[in-house]
Amino acid sequence: MSPSPLVLRIDAVTKRFGALVANDAISLDLRRGEILALLGENGAGKTTLMNILFGHYVADEGTIEVADGDGGLRPLPPGSPGAALAAGVGMVHQHFALAESLTVLENVVLGTRTAWSPSLRLSEARAKLARLMEESGLSVDPGRRVGALTVGERQRVEILKVLYRGARILVLDEPTAVLTPGEAEGLFAVLRRLVSAGLSIVFISHKLGEVTAIADRVAVLRGGRKVADQSVAGASRAELAALMVGREVAPSRRMPRAPGAPLLVLEGVSVPGPGARPGLDAVSFSVREGEIVGVAGVSGNGQGALAALVAGTGPRPRGTATIDGRPLGATPRAVMRAGVGRIPEDRHHEGVVGSLDVAENLVLETLDSPEVHRLGFLRRRVIEERARAAIQAYDIRCPGPEAPIRLLSGGNIQKVILARVLDRDPRLVLANQPTRGLDVGAAGAVHRRLLEARERGTGVLLISEDLDELLSVCDRIGVMVRGRLTAPEPVEGLTLERLGLLMAGSGEERAA
Amino acid sequence: MDAVLDILLSASFWAAAIRIATPLMFGVLGALICERAGVLNLGIEGIFTAGAMAGWLAVHLGADLWTGVLVAALVGAALGLILALLTVPLGLSQHVTGIGVTLLATSLAYFIYRVALPNVSSPPRIQPFAPLAIPGLSDLPFIGPALFQQTPLTFLALALFALAAFVLYRTPLGLGLRAVGENPAAVESAGLDVHALRIGAVVAGSAIMALGGAFLTMSAFNAFFFEMTGGRGWICIALTVFASWRPGKALIGALLFGAFDAFQLRLQHAVGGAVPSQVFLMLPYLLSIAALCTVARRADYPKALMMPYLKGQR
Amino acid sequence: MIRFEPRTRASLGLVVGARLAALGAAFLLAAIPLAVAGAPVGRAFLLILQGAGGTLFALTETLTRATPLIFTGLAAAVAFRARLFNIGAEGQLYAGALAAVAAGSGAIDAPAGILVPAVLGAAALAGAALMLVPTLLKARLGVDEVVTTLLLNFVVLLFIQMMLEGPFKDPMGGGWPQSEPVLDAAILPPLVERMRLHAGLLIGVAACLVAHVVVARTVFGLQVRAVGENANAAAYAGIPILRTMLLVGALSGALAGLAGASEVAGLKGYLTADLSRGFGYAGIVVAMVAGLQPLAVIPAAILVAGVFVGADTMSRTMGVSNYIADLIVALSLLCVLVGGLFVRFRVRFA
Repeated sequence: MSPSPLVLRIDAVTKRFGALVANDAISLDLRRGEILALLGENGAGKTTLMNILFGHYVADEGTIEVADGDGGLRPLPPGSPGAALAAGVGMVHQHFALAESLTVLENVVLGTRTAWSPSLRLSEARAKLARLMEESGLSVDPGRRVGALTVGERQRVEILKVLYRGARILVLDEPTAVLTPGEAEGLFAVLRRLVSAGLSIVFISHKLGEVTAIADRVAVLRGGRKVADQSVAGASRAELAALMVGREVAPSRRMPRAPGAPLLVLEGVSVPGPGARPGLDAVSFSVREGEIVGVAGVSGNGQGALAALVAGTGPRPRGTATIDGRPLGATPRAVMRAGVGRIPEDRHHEGVVGSLDVAENLVLETLDSPEVHRLGFLRRRVIEERARAAIQAYDIRCPGPEAPIRLLSGGNIQKVILARVLDRDPRLVLANQPTRGLDVGAAGAVHRRLLEARERGTGVLLISEDLDELLSVCDRIGVMVRGRLTAPEPVEGLTLERLGLLMAGSGEERAA
Repeated sequence: MDAVLDILLSASFWAAAIRIATPLMFGVLGALICERAGVLNLGIEGIFTAGAMAGWLAVHLGADLWTGVLVAALVGAALGLILALLTVPLGLSQHVTGIGVTLLATSLAYFIYRVALPNVSSPPRIQPFAPLAIPGLSDLPFIGPALFQQTPLTFLALALFALAAFVLYRTPLGLGLRAVGENPAAVESAGLDVHALRIGAVVAGSAIMALGGAFLTMSAFNAFFFEMTGGRGWICIALTVFASWRPGKALIGALLFGAFDAFQLRLQHAVGGAVPSQVFLMLPYLLSIAALCTVARRADYPKALMMPYLKGQR
Repeated sequence: MIRFEPRTRASLGLVVGARLAALGAAFLLAAIPLAVAGAPVGRAFLLILQGAGGTLFALTETLTRATPLIFTGLAAAVAFRARLFNIGAEGQLYAGALAAVAAGSGAIDAPAGILVPAVLGAAALAGAALMLVPTLLKARLGVDEVVTTLLLNFVVLLFIQMMLEGPFKDPMGGGWPQSEPVLDAAILPPLVERMRLHAGLLIGVAACLVAHVVVARTVFGLQVRAVGENANAAAYAGIPILRTMLLVGALSGALAGLAGASEVAGLKGYLTADLSRGFGYAGIVVAMVAGLQPLAVIPAAILVAGVFVGADTMSRTMGVSNYIADLIVALSLLCVLVGGLFVRFRVRFA
């Protein structure tokens, strides 16, 4: 069998952002009917490369060629998503590019007709979309507003958008990050079907398991360079993992430890959700001293409401929520006084103030403490001294205490937040997606800090979408589905499969 | 109470209401187009002033009325282009830039007026648009005098509303505009040019705003006075929120506002000097603030309003 | 295509240089309408410069005009720092002026040592109270404060006219709508003999110094900066957003109110409905030219005042409309905005 023809050739593409080389002379081929996995850690350059292919960025060096309808390779004009679309390249971004107030159909036809045409021809488009849904097995109501769709449905809309334009190459950026394991299986089935119909797919991922499950070939990126490009058939997972990280990764070790007295106790807690999203529905569980309790689940199932409750930013709940036997407050100051340290989900949005410097961000939660001010005036010298100590202790890479924090990388910003939270010796730490978007090194540092806190007897509530993370650091794990939390089970008896079933809502037993 | 009813049932009242509403119709439509694309255009008050002056001056210097209208629209478009270039590709604060464009447009209009007419004490008048009487329709009872004693500019405003509604909801261009005010990333990944769409919307919206100013000098007052726009632009910004960024509601909002204003003018007459006139004159502004407050919580604003989109940045 | 790369560090020289270059650009742009109007551009600018600072009289006139601009500029700078876009300084100025007249024209009979603080305090309170309304509407209902403060400017001006034709009308005013004059004990003393420059300038400068210390050195200042830059993170960290916003709104309104008191008690002696020549709006330009830095408000206000005073002189001599001053000031605002880009980013044209 001769190899199928090339549909895409990326040749020595280099892209720099200031001093950072995001892509260093990367070359890549894609053949017709092939699924190529682009494997790499956060920050390895996968998304940058695909954004160059799709015209969001312009490469500093290198060329990209895409096959036209006759199979001949033609250079792709850089910096134009329109040109990429016209050449048959479609991309499904990790953060969906959908207009929420428009309908599914309107999102699909957006940009498919010349702007000056006097009509949208919606009925024609509706028929074509129905046919595509039939063929691909992706179904969603074309008349609904996108804002009312679930995450899985939105992803289907994104793929349908690409198919509607007759794309021959589909790029998927971390498509399973927002799906349950069951939904991911469904997506894989659709992808296999599309490939057998002649589509070629680039599948961006940092998860080894799904790469070996779906891809024909895998290209591994590390630090902006391509370090491997091989058939999946002969590759072992351990080998790929080593290629991706570039060194042996010592998994975080959780020492056995008997938990202490109950710390955070929720009994029958209900909170209305924002808009149509689920809030909390009669949630009961506890976190004890010296244990890490994980909350798994696909995002948008009430984790936000749970985090807001514990962080003191949400509305007052029904039911009882106590910490150390006393009612948990309903403001950030009240819960912090009660001994809760909070690591927010979105560190840029809620964690730090970009234009303030590292020292100021470190004291943001303790402005009323006499160590920070005297008669309302900031004790700048004390504050900077503490910042220097934190920079040392937490290995925060920055020019110094006076550097605006927006200049720091995500991992270093997270270390600032960790220092701010842990230096107050909290009784309980709320960690909401603490490693999202961090590379393996930074994520490992976060895990180590949480485990150290556990050793000291701190309770940790860890909300995460990363099941591997939960399984490696938690003592017990519960699963959130539509605002309900299953009773946290000891991690020793849990497997990925079991968690997957619970996430899909088939474990209906309720927390006691 | 009878007096109130008498006012509301008179054709002349509704004729006045529509007349007062016309500049607001232009203004609110222009603001709506800009904001639907994601750009708050606080240059509106200055664009009103510049449109009023430019249209009037063109006619005063000998151009015919429709040429004056065109000149006003072009001046509005040019000022809109300045605002758009600063706020869209450069991503500068829409609040501050808008105030800046208002200050610029107003001072430019006043300066040119003074340069063109250095030594006049009372502003020269022009022959304004005459009411557009349509044989047959104008003679209808009630509706005839209320609607068909309006000048052509009022009908132009109504036509622009119809056109804008059609373009927004029935054409690919309108779909692009609605999407770019909602999520520019969706527009870019659909292969459309985010900045071109936004700049185009602001330029077109600003041209329409300027027609509202031109109505003041070429249909309502026949002359240009300093500070003649009297905050109408800001009222339009409030009306746009009140109308939830929908053309139909915006038209009704402008008409309601015109009716309210016409009503308070008549009420002012009716009560004579018993209540200071300023109390009545304050009402439109207070009403605008009240309108903003009533819809504030449930306002379904374009999600990307005032969010600059800088391509290829990280 | 234009690309912006965030700068890691902007030197003071770059900040000041970009600001000055922007102002230069504003003057260059203003030369176009001047030339079109048929004026010899070089001579016109020279006359503006002389009119603004060529003599002791010109200099004191510029500083006199700068006094209200220092207050309104600081009012805008303080509020904008917290992303509270107070465009209502014009109205707050009049509210302050009315309160100053109410307190200073006979209602309180006391020596200057008591009456002057009372007049200033009344004006500050009135301005603060007026700004609390839009601040509350923004914080509680999410109503855009730009539109509400702008609309309130018109309401306040009408209210002032109503008062000047009604209860505040001076029976000895010869029929003109003006208030009774403030008592001699309420007058801010002149600073230079036979010139109009008065002690309001010193109060304004002191306000800038205090504001600088508060913003840079106090917990409240840090809270204001945090709320302005990222209200979500500030709220998450437990900073009381509503209280901070209300305090900033009140402070900003109070400063604008002081501008009114300073004009009434230092310059005019009584209130008319044309007390302010757009000082509220010019204050926005002053704040932006100052980069929202309280100390930089002082030179920025003097610069803007100089343009206005100098343009008056130029206009009288050359017969070119003094609206050129408004034009230069508006252009300065836009140019400084663009100039700020070069400070925050390295701008690349690809």
